[in-house]
Amino acid sequence: MSAQRKGYVRPLDLRHGRVDMTHGSGGRAMAQLIDELFASRLGNNYLGQGNDAAVLPMPPGRLVMSTDAHVVSPLFFPGGDIGCLSVHGTINDVAVMGATPLYLAAGFILEEGFPLGDLARLVDSMAHAASAAEVPLVTGDTKVVQQGKGDGVYITTTGVGVVAEGADWSGNRARPGDRIIVSGGIGEHGMAIMAQRESIGFAANIVSDSAALHRLIAAMRASGAEIHALRDPTRGGVATTLNEIARQSGVGMMLQESALPIQPAVAAACEFLGLDPLYVANEGKLLAIVAPADAERLLVAMRAHPLGRHAAIVGSVHEDARHFVQMTTTLGGRRIVDWLTGDQLPRIC
Amino acid sequence: MKFIDEFRDGGLASGLAAAIRLAAKRTRDYHFMEFCGGHTHAIARYGVSDLLPPNVRMIHGPGCPVCVLPVGRIDMAIRLVREAGVTLCSYGDPLRVPASGGLSLLKAKAGLGRNGGVRGDIRMIYSSADALRLAQREPERQVVFFAIGFETTTPPTAVVIKQAQALGLKNFSVLCCHVLTPSAIASILESPAVRQWGSVPLDGFIGPAHVSTIIGSRPYEFFAEEYRKPVVIAGFEPLDVMQAILMLITQVNDGRAVVENEFARAVTREGNRKAQQLVAEVFELRRSFAWRGLGELPYSALRIRGCFADFDAERRFAVDYQAVADHPACECGAVLRGVKRPQDCRIFGSACTPENPVGSCMVSSEGACAAHYSFGRFGEVAVAK
Ligand code: SF4
Repeated sequence: MSAQRKGYVRPLDLRHGRVDMTHGSGGRAMAQLIDELFASRLGNNYLGQGNDAAVLPMPPGRLVMSTDAHVVSPLFFPGGDIGCLSVHGTINDVAVMGATPLYLAAGFILEEGFPLGDLARLVDSMAHAASAAEVPLVTGDTKVVQQGKGDGVYITTTGVGVVAEGADWSGNRARPGDRIIVSGGIGEHGMAIMAQRESIGFAANIVSDSAALHRLIAAMRASGAEIHALRDPTRGGVATTLNEIARQSGVGMMLQESALPIQPAVAAACEFLGLDPLYVANEGKLLAIVAPADAERLLVAMRAHPLGRHAAIVGSVHEDARHFVQMTTTLGGRRIVDWLTGDQLPRIC
Repeated sequence: MKFIDEFRDGGLASGLAAAIRLAAKRTRDYHFMEFCGGHTHAIARYGVSDLLPPNVRMIHGPGCPVCVLPVGRIDMAIRLVREAGVTLCSYGDPLRVPASGGLSLLKAKAGLGRNGGVRGDIRMIYSSADALRLAQREPERQVVFFAIGFETTTPPTAVVIKQAQALGLKNFSVLCCHVLTPSAIASILESPAVRQWGSVPLDGFIGPAHVSTIIGSRPYEFFAEEYRKPVVIAGFEPLDVMQAILMLITQVNDGRAVVENEFARAVTREGNRKAQQLVAEVFELRRSFAWRGLGELPYSALRIRGCFADFDAERRFAVDYQAVADHPACECGAVLRGVKRPQDCRIFGSACTPENPVGSCMVSSEGACAAHYSFGRFGEVAVAK
């Protein structure tokens, strides 16, 4: 009677290995990738169930759900990577509704040839972001596309949370007189990416602001201030988000350019590339529309939190049938802060 | 950033605004043309007009490189891609300029690979060097750099042509659409609207900032002398523009017409000799070039010299320019000549918006229509949302 030898599976080669088509084909290679690369890093009881879907306990309240697809180039940038970004972004989308984020799901589209070592770094970064935020990743999926059909990695994350009855923050609730608060320096994520893409030396110290904002938001809620709307101004920047709220609420807005918090390095890099920081993406900032009497109280609560240290009141809401967002410039003139047109591109001359 | 903020300071601005109000005589109007799109942009972005008294008016000039490209030039670029199968490298803005047949480079790009036939490609780049690098990296591609712009962007184009020759590249060429500032100014000054009819009152020019760092202030002296129009060269910061307006008002009041230099921190009388030599080595004057709005202007643009013929896409692929009429409702020509304001165009803000530009002036942020739409249209009541 010969003892049956335990089957040997060579571990994934994270140093030189690359994603190949078998990693998405549903066979052993895929199971190994999931076990060794994903589950071992993201491990939690729910993911460990190993079923096609996770079965989750649900606290009382209304369900809030959001999904976000992430396509970033470069995948790694100062201050973060597509991994932590995909976790933070979805947590924030759930949290700005006033909800407590509970669970995340992630879908990966991997391009054939993508280094396994880089994938491991990204998954590590996701795991770290999820555990720091205490929002577990409970289910996921992976597909592989042929070389040239993807951009390394695309990650789609979905988040669910619960919101208590009565908390109704919504983009259609801005009212004339309300104050507009931004939680800190604008344009940092977009410029960190741009600076790396364009290799602008002097902007090398700009770091993405990618962060999970649910704890800052909890502190804002605890302040008792009458918040009407809360958004995270990601793609399209502060200008786009304010235009969305202005249109949804049927109001106009007036900003003060001199009140906008902006890091000198970000301002300089924007200047260099001919970009307007109001249109540059943020990944760890909030815009709050708050009743005028509560603006100061909310500001104090925000500044007490590390992610809201540089919060500032930057403008106010007023009546305007045309729903214009306007701004008093540093020069003392007036301008419109319009919707973003196309992609924001560097000037050419 | 301190350096830049000083040029945007609200306190200094209100001081300058007061000085302008004081200098401008109540008894007359002042009309100044800012030639450059860069100035147009600064004026709109910082709301400079709000700080001027009502009798001091700014007229937008034709100095926006994307705006003055005629439809036929964009068509040429599209033909190169579709028929010759080249990889066209362009700056961002030209991609959105409307071309014939409802196309633009952007739309042509989206349709590539779906219409069968030759496989061309369109890439957005940030500098001419990006195009050269692509040609070096992928020798099987025919790379064409779509070179547009006034004198500021010409030297970098000259550099890549020389480098391509030195490297012996067989797959790199340039579709040269570089144009010359003085010709455009002359055309404005010669136009009947200014000369005879007086329908465009013009009391002076704000001269270009970056262009002048290359060509110097000397080329404008002719305009000051010959046409009796004061010229003040100004930087692109809003306070520069206001200072220049004050200097122009003073010249008008004194009955002087000379070239003054507000932008002395960067512009000299002679300009950048080295850059001028480089440009002269690679380019020669074109006998005639079609501008949008200004029409065919003699000796108003550059072409690549015969000794660099291999790098001239027009010669290599034998594409030539065919004039195409603008959209019938489009007033870009009149806007570029200063005859009309953007809001005078019937389709401004309705059919023509930055999302769906009908004319070229709605494309670049330096275009008069785009600048007014994006920053200044709160002044008008009837604008589509
Ligand atoms: S509104 Fe459009 S069509 Fe009219 S002049 Fe301006 S760019 Fe041309």
